Amino acid sequence: MQISINWYLLLSAVLFTIGVLGVLFRRNAIIIFMSIELMLNAVNLLLVAFSSYLSDSKGQVFVFFIMAVAAAEVAVGLAILMSVYRNSKSTDINSLNKLKG
Amino acid sequence: MIKLVGLVPLLPLVGFLIIGFFGKKLSKGLAGVIGSAAVFAAFAVAVGIFFELNGQADKSVTVPLFSWITAGKLSVPFSFLIDPLSSLFLLIITGIGFLIHVYSTAYMHDDEGFSRFFAYLNLFIFFMLLLVLGSNYLIMFVGWEGVGLCSYLLIGFWFKNTAYNNAAKKAFIMNRIGDLGFLLGIILIFVTFGSISYHEVFEQAKSYATGTPVLTAIALLLFVGAMGKSAQLPLYTWLPDAMAGPTPVSALIHAATMVTAGIYMIARSNILYTLSPDAMSVVAIIGVCTALFAATIGLAQNDIKKVLAYSTVSQLGYMFLALGVGAYTGAVFHVMTHAFFKALLFLGAGSVIHAMSGEQDIRKMGGLKKYIPITQMTFLIGTLAISGFPGFSGFFSKDEILAHAYEHNKVLWFVGILTAGMTTFYMFRLYFLTFKGTFRGTHEQEHHLHESPKAMTIPLIILAVLSLLGGLIGIPEVLGGRHFLEEFLKPVFEDSSFRLVHHLSHNTEYILMAVAVAVMAGSIWYAYKTYVTDKTVPAESEEELNPLHKLVYRKYMVDELYESIITKPLNFIGEGLHKVVDNQIVDGVVNGCGYVVNGVSGVIRKAQTGNIGFYVFVMVISIVLILFTQLF
Amino acid sequence: MTTYLFYFLSFLAIMFALMVVLSKNPIHSVLYLVLTFFAIAGHYVLLNAQFLAAVHIIVYAGAIMVLFLFVIMLLNLNKETEPHKSLWLKGMAAVASGSLLVVLVGSLKNAGQMQAAAPYNGSIGLIENLGQTLFHEFLLPFEVASILLLGAMVGAVMLGKKSIK
Repeated sequence: MQISINWYLLLSAVLFTIGVLGVLFRRNAIIIFMSIELMLNAVNLLLVAFSSYLSDSKGQVFVFFIMAVAAAEVAVGLAILMSVYRNSKSTDINSLNKLKG
Repeated sequence: MIKLVGLVPLLPLVGFLIIGFFGKKLSKGLAGVIGSAAVFAAFAVAVGIFFELNGQADKSVTVPLFSWITAGKLSVPFSFLIDPLSSLFLLIITGIGFLIHVYSTAYMHDDEGFSRFFAYLNLFIFFMLLLVLGSNYLIMFVGWEGVGLCSYLLIGFWFKNTAYNNAAKKAFIMNRIGDLGFLLGIILIFVTFGSISYHEVFEQAKSYATGTPVLTAIALLLFVGAMGKSAQLPLYTWLPDAMAGPTPVSALIHAATMVTAGIYMIARSNILYTLSPDAMSVVAIIGVCTALFAATIGLAQNDIKKVLAYSTVSQLGYMFLALGVGAYTGAVFHVMTHAFFKALLFLGAGSVIHAMSGEQDIRKMGGLKKYIPITQMTFLIGTLAISGFPGFSGFFSKDEILAHAYEHNKVLWFVGILTAGMTTFYMFRLYFLTFKGTFRGTHEQEHHLHESPKAMTIPLIILAVLSLLGGLIGIPEVLGGRHFLEEFLKPVFEDSSFRLVHHLSHNTEYILMAVAVAVMAGSIWYAYKTYVTDKTVPAESEEELNPLHKLVYRKYMVDELYESIITKPLNFIGEGLHKVVDNQIVDGVVNGCGYVVNGVSGVIRKAQTGNIGFYVFVMVISIVLILFTQLF
Repeated sequence: MTTYLFYFLSFLAIMFALMVVLSKNPIHSVLYLVLTFFAIAGHYVLLNAQFLAAVHIIVYAGAIMVLFLFVIMLLNLNKETEPHKSLWLKGMAAVASGSLLVVLVGSLKNAGQMQAAAPYNGSIGLIENLGQTLFHEFLLPFEVASILLLGAMVGAVMLGKKSIK
């Protein structure tokens, strides 16, 4: 193991920040979803890195669970998106402002 | 039988529950039968208890039922105390209660609240028995409040009439003043003795020196409670107003039983009073003042029930006089005889009112003797008994009280005998105006006059017999009799009696009796002369009365006095507090909170744009800030 | 050698991730995201997590991203005329995420050089080891995850129905 864990930390931080940027930057809900997937993957990468670093397989098992949650989230999220689109003919998050106070 | 004492209060309670819950479905006859049967069964058990107690050596039996309150140092078991005093009261309550139940089945027959009436009566009997049977002050207090509640319910029984409701409220509130004193007394007892059980309190009290201030304080506080419940000065005004209730209620609650609760409580706590002579003097003075005060008011009343009500207040004053001079047995004796003849008089008055189709004014009566002979006969017996005619029950009990009063203080005796004379006068005035002379009512009423049904006359006859013979259990020694009652009650008053030595020569006692009889005879003669020979009828309107008479007729304006010095200022203060504190300060704070929240949220609301992008943006900024503060 | 591979894969991952965010066409975004996932899978292989790398490709690139593609095509969103945020908001977004990066990197600088706690063991990423952990220590969460997936499936079907009566 030659590569220092700090590099992985840095890589994960950058990927995560790109995900955040995506969420803030775009108005298309599907792209926002993808950005969220990107953030999750940044975390996954870090978990695997630490798992190797500490020689502990629990970290990798956690990644499985995150994948399961992500799959569930995407399934439900996309279904919601479908019905939103059916109602407003758009996936623009600016059209979802019915919660106005 | 003593083990079954739990049944005594339980039976009326069961009666109350049955009639109370199923009253609408029961026929009138059945409700009356259930109510009366429950009390009769309780009476039967009480008789059994009385004889068993009489036959055994142990005169004070505590029957534990269940553990009630246990908190820290305070432990209150729910247990009953059977001793001569409580068993005697059991007999009076259940016995007279039963007779009045029977009487009510006829008297209330046409009332639409018939089953409600019997439910209340049974509930009252239950609480009264609890009051008498409890083996500690707390159970007594529960019963005490319970009878107050029933009294309220029954005074306001005809709740459609505002005046009756006001009378009920007055009774309740006045009693509450006294109850506060009683409650404080109980608390002080607990603080002083660490227990509220009679047995432990009295055992410990014996070791205190006579005149210990804390005992005096306890005795006076308890007496405040007794003042309220037993209608003594200055808390007596509720009792005459309580006559708004149906007549059997007046007989049972406001003459025979509930109002004697104060006497019972002081007789029960006799050792506390014996050890504090100051408190005893207060009791005696209040008692004798009440007796005289109420008797003078009674002289000028024209409502048949009001006369009897003031007479009750006066007789209660007598009993307190007895307690105050240490004649505990005499007080209990008078409670018993008074229960007999006052119940008789009230029921007789009820019978008269029944015959007169609801008329209560004695100026409209007269000459009823030939229409309702049984009522007239029994009423006469009751009148003679309350006047203390030799041989009747009232004679013996009154004589005993007066003898003790004489020995204690001559002034008390003099006021007592004066009151006795007045009592005789107003009772015979009542009797003569009602039954002698000619009828003064309308033709319609005259046509309607009839003797009451058997269910009413039989209780009258039984009570008349008791009034006639009830005194025989307490014939004083000087008349060659044996004072059974004194022997019976001896265990209860033992600790007090050796501290209060009784010594009057036989000659003195004979003279006292002679004076009493002479005063009585004089009063009867004067009443006869005024109302039968001269055929005087009390004036129709107030204007014809002389000022003194008018003052007495208006009951010394006590109600007006209370109205102006207590009720009006309180109302004024309440009004002011309502306007200033409630409407402005309290409401201001409450509404101000509303305004502030409303205004602030009106501003904050603007941030709630509904724009998800904005929310996410704010979230990220916040996370950055949190991480910044946490990580650096 | 591995170091260069690491730099190369990292470069690819970051670049493709940026392309996901910045490309105008949603379809392109999806394809760039798949490429990003491949780069990450390469990292997994570098970290000796071969099984996880395979699962990652299968689940993310194979299943989830295909789902995305389907939805985009179903909704017919493959246009470049998607509404965009104003320039000002884009600037604010860049500033916010930039400051997040600065805070995270700054905290990493503070962390210093970390040392391995245990001797390196290259076999933990093997199926055998993962299975041991998953079905011993994490048996209950594993079962619960199945319930989660079932629930998500039911929810997705319910929401996806044309009209709910």
